[in-house]
Amino acid sequence: MSAYRPPHIPASEITPRDIYMSRRNFMGAAAVAGLAFAGADTAFAAPLTANPSAYKLDEKLTPKEAVTTYNNFYEFGVNKDDPAANSGDFKPTPWSVKVDGMVGKPKEFGLEELMKMNLEERTYRMRCVEGWSMVIPWIGFPLSAILDQVEPLGSAKYVSFETVVRPEEMPGQKGFFQPLPWPYIEGLRLDEARHPLAILAVGLYGETLPNPNGAPIRLVVPWKYGFKSIKSIVRISLVEKQPETTWKNANAREYGFYSNVNPAVDHPRWSQATEQRIGEGGFFGANRRPTLPFNGYADQVASLYDGLDLKANY
Amino acid sequence: MASIPALPRRYHKASVWALYVIGLAPAVWYFYLGLTGGLGFNPVKEFEHQLGIWALRFIIATLAITPLRDLAGINWVRYRRALGLIAFYYVALHFSVYVSLDLRFNFGAVGGDIAKRPYITIGFACLLMLIPLAVTSNNWSIRKLAQGWNRLHRLIYLIAAGGALHYVLAVKSVTLVPFIHIALIALLLVYRSLRRPILNWRRGNNKPAKPVVSQRARQNG
Repeated sequence: MSAYRPPHIPASEITPRDIYMSRRNFMGAAAVAGLAFAGADTAFAAPLTANPSAYKLDEKLTPKEAVTTYNNFYEFGVNKDDPAANSGDFKPTPWSVKVDGMVGKPKEFGLEELMKMNLEERTYRMRCVEGWSMVIPWIGFPLSAILDQVEPLGSAKYVSFETVVRPEEMPGQKGFFQPLPWPYIEGLRLDEARHPLAILAVGLYGETLPNPNGAPIRLVVPWKYGFKSIKSIVRISLVEKQPETTWKNANAREYGFYSNVNPAVDHPRWSQATEQRIGEGGFFGANRRPTLPFNGYADQVASLYDGLDLKANY
Repeated sequence: MASIPALPRRYHKASVWALYVIGLAPAVWYFYLGLTGGLGFNPVKEFEHQLGIWALRFIIATLAITPLRDLAGINWVRYRRALGLIAFYYVALHFSVYVSLDLRFNFGAVGGDIAKRPYITIGFACLLMLIPLAVTSNNWSIRKLAQGWNRLHRLIYLIAAGGALHYVLAVKSVTLVPFIHIALIALLLVYRSLRRPILNWRRGNNKPAKPVVSQRARQNG
């Protein structure tokens, strides 16, 4: 792997006095500074504090090493260990997220500002469309918090998301045989995006988000298959029509816009009735567990889909 | 045509046995890695996939014997039976791991997959087609079946195409590694359809034609 190269920090990024005088601001800035360091090597994420929340599970957490080394993040390669192996040159700072489209107040959020949101620790199940799952303690804030700030217009019905494109830092985005067209794009209905379970995560396991997990900011929608939870977001747009999404574009028969976790609707190539919990059981004891409707969040989200045919709208 | 030094006949048998040992080494190695936690956080899937990929590699090697002899003058026909059987062992292991470690002997799920998922249907059909080839891979069957043996063993072309299709359909997107395997199989299958014209053309060009295909090779093939 590449040698450690200290990131170049221009004077403009050195924390101004008025920020570091306030403790809360200081904590956010500290996390960003840590990210700057973490950018050189994914092994070094910075500590990040967050308020406890009611979103807990009485299921065993997936070991941190599994969460940070077993990933689908095709921008860094298609194998599960590629993101951990190939994301060392990715620089998650400086960063900003542009929120635009059908909004009253379009705005570009700097990472410092996002790290100062009311951060909560939330433990969610994560179910990949491939049939495996994890339990991850995220740190983040409700997506609705920034949607509220930009004041969506009445005509806005959907939210679209876009991942960064940096072929020089993301080896999966250059060369022949790129698995997907870039940028990676995702979308939600506005009511889904506003649901309290939908968060923007900036950390996990008490640290800033490691590069393989979508540093510095990613979506987490726990009742949908993992590919909906788009990583390394640079743009969020409010739109009128259902936005295009990367996997639906790649294969509409297999990946739909909704992609709610649903054990009753098979993927055309495999059953979704059960899942393999990563890090449990090992080679011989690997036991598949039943997959729950909406990944176990049916009580909270099923009402979003009243009257919708979930078989047709997979 | 440049040629590699011929292996003395007395080592032929030993070299075939060495090929079995070397050929099955990846399976043993990945099994060891699986037992010792070296296959990552989803070791069963990784083991299953590696066995499948090695099966394709040995099918490729089996198909490569004829063009190697035709075009490079290297006669490794004596290794073809071992390569084909190793490919069969990998396919059998691939399926066994899927049934046992992956689906935990849930035969309902196995049957459902074979019936409903085209890539698994194709993979399973390839396994079934390989069985008669493996069973008739002995000298007795070759003698007994005579021309029928050649016809039967042409099934390997269908199996190779099926294996490649199974692989394409199983991956989420065709990237470099799948592409290389599939391209090699496609190339080797296309060669079969062009073999006669190529050989005729070569014979026409090298007038005092050294018989590339020896009588002995023909019998073994």
